[in-house]
Amino acid sequence: MVTGMRSSSVFDMQIGTNMTQQHASALLDFDNVSMTFPDGTRALEDISFSVNAGEFVTVVGPSGCGKSTLLRIASNLEANTGGTCSVDRDSIGYVFQDPTLMPWRTVQRNIELIAELHKIPKTERQARAEEAIALVGLKGFEDKYPRQLSGGMRMRASLARSLVMKPKVFLFDEPFGALDEITRERLNDEVLHLFQSEGFAGLFITHSISEAVYMSTKVLVMSARPGRIIASFDVPFGLNRSHDLRYEPKFAELCGEISHALRGAHK
Amino acid sequence: MSSNDTSAASVDEIIHEDKNGFKVSDYIGPAITFGLFIGLWYFISGVVLPEHKRFLLPTPHEVIDEGFLVWRTGERRGLQPILVSLWDSAKIALIGLAITIVLGMTLAVIMSTRRWLERATWPFLVAVQSAPILALTPLIRALIDGTQTQRLLVVVLISIFPIVSNTLFGLLSAEKSQHELFTLQGASRWVRLTKLQFPAALPNIFVGFRISAGLAVIGAVVGDFYFREGGVVGIGAIIQLYRNRLWGPELIASILLASALGLVVFLFFGWLSRVAIGKWHTTNRGQ
Repeated sequence: MVTGMRSSSVFDMQIGTNMTQQHASALLDFDNVSMTFPDGTRALEDISFSVNAGEFVTVVGPSGCGKSTLLRIASNLEANTGGTCSVDRDSIGYVFQDPTLMPWRTVQRNIELIAELHKIPKTERQARAEEAIALVGLKGFEDKYPRQLSGGMRMRASLARSLVMKPKVFLFDEPFGALDEITRERLNDEVLHLFQSEGFAGLFITHSISEAVYMSTKVLVMSARPGRIIASFDVPFGLNRSHDLRYEPKFAELCGEISHALRGAHK
Repeated sequence: MSSNDTSAASVDEIIHEDKNGFKVSDYIGPAITFGLFIGLWYFISGVVLPEHKRFLLPTPHEVIDEGFLVWRTGERRGLQPILVSLWDSAKIALIGLAITIVLGMTLAVIMSTRRWLERATWPFLVAVQSAPILALTPLIRALIDGTQTQRLLVVVLISIFPIVSNTLFGLLSAEKSQHELFTLQGASRWVRLTKLQFPAALPNIFVGFRISAGLAVIGAVVGDFYFREGGVVGIGAIIQLYRNRLWGPELIASILLASALGLVVFLFFGWLSRVAIGKWHTTNRGQ
């Protein structure tokens, strides 16, 4: 089921068998998941992988290969037509492509929103929101409205809104694609930092290979539609990553490997 | 850019609000159009209209002298009877508008829940909007007792469409991803309506209020033409009286006051809209 087999490299590229193994501790598990839309479009085929606590898995692939559909299946926004996807759906944080803030709510009240929908008492959700605001560096902007914030700050608020629920599984649907590079790199660092401190299982979708390598413990490469996982790369760097890592040869080399696999994915 | 890198947010650019201070330029435009309006008025009544037809449009100073500066002379002439009638119509317009708002928004909420309901209701709303309601006055009189109720019905029929269409448009304007955020939290239909769709609809709802408010005043004035009992009551009725007697200055004065009522209601809802949603909603004019 796994194609695109390539010779192993210094980056300990794993192919096939490892990915299909069931992990007892997996917080998110795709087992032979496939997805065919009602119009007959085959979006995903035989997707099997899992994400454990303390793992940050990033999926890269050509546009329209069904990467986002993975997240939509995991969060039950869409029902898969084959296989099983197991995840604790009450403990999912979902970060959308756009910040999806409510323009009529202040930053503070936006960040309280998800907690409010889960009927968490006011004092507690305010306390939790304050904590999340501090975590994403939005202190002092609590009373601003979204239109008064820059794109990066809106995305921070969006992150904080999910953090309030302390999710065990965090899904990111290409959240920083619209931001300028510097802001994006800064937010990469912050998500990485949150990942270290909160210890959730992360599943991240992106177009950017360097973002994928910088953020992840594992990078999966998907083929063009119907999306299949054609390669998997373990990222060997420890979690204490800094900006300088991006300019190290081993970082560039891994990016090159992934880029090569990705080129094979484009038809 | 700040050199402080510890707090990333401080580096991000904050978009500052516009200062909304007093600007002379904001008042020049209205002053010019008002001057042109008065000039055009003098031109029509003094130059365009032949001498024997000048009573149809008295000059502005005649209207002020005889329509506004006379408190009351004889039978229903002067400012006092006009104001009494105006107040009577204003009450009908405002009560009618209140009914319209409640009814129209309820209808829009119902229509927003199911597509088939929306499709089943639209043709009738459009028909009500475009039908010459006043041609139905005999029917209204036959079906409904009480002058006040009849007048209110005319107001509601004339003013309901913009409330329904704008509210519905607003309720359906929330973005897909915002809806999905609510879906992910298992939000009920009621929570979705009150915490997402309704606030998202507010800018449109206020547009609907402003349009309907003007229509409610028209509905009240025109309803006065057809529904009254006993003597003169509403502003429409007194306009008709002046028209029949060819009391030009009083006629123009009462028409101006009826328009002023519409303007006041319009401005009120504009103000209410700014107070309610001005903090987060902005309108853009491009450059």
